[in-house]
Amino acid sequence: MNQMAIEVSNLRKNFGKQIVLNGINLSVPAGTVFALLGPNGAGKTTLIHILSTLITPDEGKVRVGGYDVLTQQDQVKQTISLTGQFAAVDEVLSAEENLIMIGRLSGLTTAESRQRTVELLKAFDLVDAAKKKVKTYSGGMRRRLDLAISLVVSRPVIFLDEPTTGLDTISRRALWEIIKQLAKNGMTVFLTTQYLEEADQLADRIGVINGGRIVAVGSSEELKSHVGGEVIELLNADDEVIHTIPTSGSIEDISRTLNELVRSVPVGTRVNIRRPSMDDVFVAFTSNAKETMHA
Amino acid sequence: MITTNKPVKPASLAVTNLVFIGRSIRHSLRNTEALLMAIMLPVMLMLLFTYVFGGAIDSSGDYVNYVVPGIILLCAGFGSSSTAVDVSNDMTNGIIDRFRTMPIASLSVVTGHVVASLIRNLFATGVVLGVALLVGFRPTGSLVDWILAIAVITLFILTFTWLFAAIGLVAGSPSAASGYGFALLFLPYLSSAFVPTDTMPTWLRGVANHQPITPVIETIRGLLTGTPLDNSPWWAVGWCLLILAVAFIWSISSFRKKAGRR
Repeated sequence: MNQMAIEVSNLRKNFGKQIVLNGINLSVPAGTVFALLGPNGAGKTTLIHILSTLITPDEGKVRVGGYDVLTQQDQVKQTISLTGQFAAVDEVLSAEENLIMIGRLSGLTTAESRQRTVELLKAFDLVDAAKKKVKTYSGGMRRRLDLAISLVVSRPVIFLDEPTTGLDTISRRALWEIIKQLAKNGMTVFLTTQYLEEADQLADRIGVINGGRIVAVGSSEELKSHVGGEVIELLNADDEVIHTIPTSGSIEDISRTLNELVRSVPVGTRVNIRRPSMDDVFVAFTSNAKETMHA
Repeated sequence: MITTNKPVKPASLAVTNLVFIGRSIRHSLRNTEALLMAIMLPVMLMLLFTYVFGGAIDSSGDYVNYVVPGIILLCAGFGSSSTAVDVSNDMTNGIIDRFRTMPIASLSVVTGHVVASLIRNLFATGVVLGVALLVGFRPTGSLVDWILAIAVITLFILTFTWLFAAIGLVAGSPSAASGYGFALLFLPYLSSAFVPTDTMPTWLRGVANHQPITPVIETIRGLLTGTPLDNSPWWAVGWCLLILAVAFIWSISSFRKKAGRR
């Protein structure tokens, strides 16, 4: 039995002269949520496309569900479902027709497809709009339908490429709840995101990707502690951070730091002590900055 | 329940094709403008060529018997050209990624559009023939001639549809697909569809006599109205099969190529 749902070693991919993935190493244990965090153009979508057999790697070993994406494509396809960056739904059809179509294509009978469609429409709050053409749907409804379509039959590994990009806060949170439920049901979830909060909220482990390389991997706690311990933030009267200083968190260190600062900062400056945020992690790993200070 | 534990076997090729054909037919029926166009165009062209141009081209009043095959092909060309746009729409939309990551023969999504186009265009052919009979078309062909004529028309539609499907696969966007496809629609005018080729200047006559549409037209005309067939049927079928094979292979290879590039 294979405990790793996804295994990638030394993966490289170029588009012409442009190096998109430059030696990716990665493994995701079955039944966990992995978030790939990175800015636009970091290679997130390319990696998902390789993992889901849409494009082929130039170099390296890639296994999904224990199957090789190059030589065992059919088995990989039976292991995964992909919810791409652009809602992969048929706009001319209704939600119901979309779900039944995918059910039939997935090997369910018409009756089974119908039954599953009813379940999913209910679970994704799409019953009222079930018979309307998808063209008329809002962004959030489209995403929900898109995700529902990915779940028509059960595949152990699900890829979500920027699942909440462009959604409002309420739709985003609704989608998060669904993703958490998937994880609870034992699915392996591999998602990409530009949002730190999303990775923080959903993922067991987070990989930070930048310039075609994984620059850090770990739980959100590990990543945060890697960036440094606690920090002292100095805030001006408008609550803007004017200075961030690393600290061990001990009373001696904090009092010494503050004593040094007290004469050089404007009157009315306030102090906040906090653990590093995912923002700090992101900045630390995606820029070449050696320190997390910002003006 | 969000997830289900039911294990399933992947859909068979037959089911996959049937589902995609059903999808494309739904698309056709819901694209009201295109559907209306598919019915209106044959009617308008038939009336235009019979009552407006017909008198000038052939004053004997028999022009309707000459022009019917040409209009059938013109309409089939127009009708199948929308396949390029349909295919291109699918290829540039996220849905193709979903189909490609499912354990199915994803090229069937194109087959679906092709079959839907075939059905649409056979229907349009029926409309042309219906209107033609109303405005004085008097075919002389036997039942066998009719069956053969319809077989040739079907082969022609299939050939053109696959060609447009290939164009749709190669084109970068639906509007580009529509643009490239447009060029092909002039072919029927440069054939014996509307006027005999010996009325054309010599250089053009050479082109018109040796392009694929002319033998197809001559075959249909011969079968339906009894004009001499000569070698036309062989040329017609040969051209169609050749173009069909090229279009089919071109489609498959560009479908695969796109898969590796994106």
